[in-house]
Amino acid sequence: MSCPMPIVKISRAMKDLAVGDVLTVHASDPSFESDIEAWVKKMDQTLQSFQEQGDIQTAVLVKKA
Amino acid sequence: MDTTAPIPPELEALVRKLVDEQVNERLKGVESTLQSLKGQVAQGGGNVPEDRTTLVVFSGEMDTLFAAFTIAVGSASMGMEVSMFFTFWGLNALKKGRTLKGKKLGEKMAALMMPSGPASVPTSRMNMAGMGPLFFKYLMKQKNVQSLPNLVALAQELGIRMVACETSMGVMGLRRDELLDGIDYGGVATYLGDAARSKITLFI
Repeated sequence: MSCPMPIVKISRAMKDLAVGDVLTVHASDPSFESDIEAWVKKMDQTLQSFQEQGDIQTAVLVKKA
Repeated sequence: MDTTAPIPPELEALVRKLVDEQVNERLKGVESTLQSLKGQVAQGGGNVPEDRTTLVVFSGEMDTLFAAFTIAVGSASMGMEVSMFFTFWGLNALKKGRTLKGKKLGEKMAALMMPSGPASVPTSRMNMAGMGPLFFKYLMKQKNVQSLPNLVALAQELGIRMVACETSMGVMGLRRDELLDGIDYGGVATYLGDAARSKITLFI
């Protein structure tokens, strides 16, 4: 999955979550770290953690509002 | 003077009255300023930028259209409203297919010389008589990048406002039934109306 699909899918998934729910995302897009940080800032959401293991990056998001 | 002495009630009442008068006088000024500011805000309300991205899609190549649709779909995913205005070559992205029936000779020629839709647009560089797009499609698939037709469909799914320029449609002999369903039609004022209330506007 490449740009812009990670943020497309995340924004869709977040809509269906309740406040406080956790969303774990695995992505291989090389710009994912920079993009998820920008997305969280713009959307006023919380990035709980970000990890990189080989080509796979894992972001844990918590729905704020 | 003994400051602890009680103030005579008449004097206190007089001071209160004078202070009240002064305060009321000044409040009147503040209130009229506030009213005129409120009026100004109400008047300018239509031009205050919204959280909106507006794109002019003028180019009609695979790479330029890919950039336009990526920004559009990205904006929608960042919680923004999105408007895309398609003019000239950009209209090729909205075509459902190629129609020749019922067209005049010039329009038929224009239709034959132009791509039949987003799946068959050329690349802006390295087109190499159609080999370039095939090569790029192969590379994009390998890198797991969405195809242009998929991005166009996604933009529609996300409720992105797409407006086709009717003047350039006329020049190119394009009819409404040749373009995607559910899009809007308009002219330069339609674009400017959306652009004037956008935080981001780009010409691609």
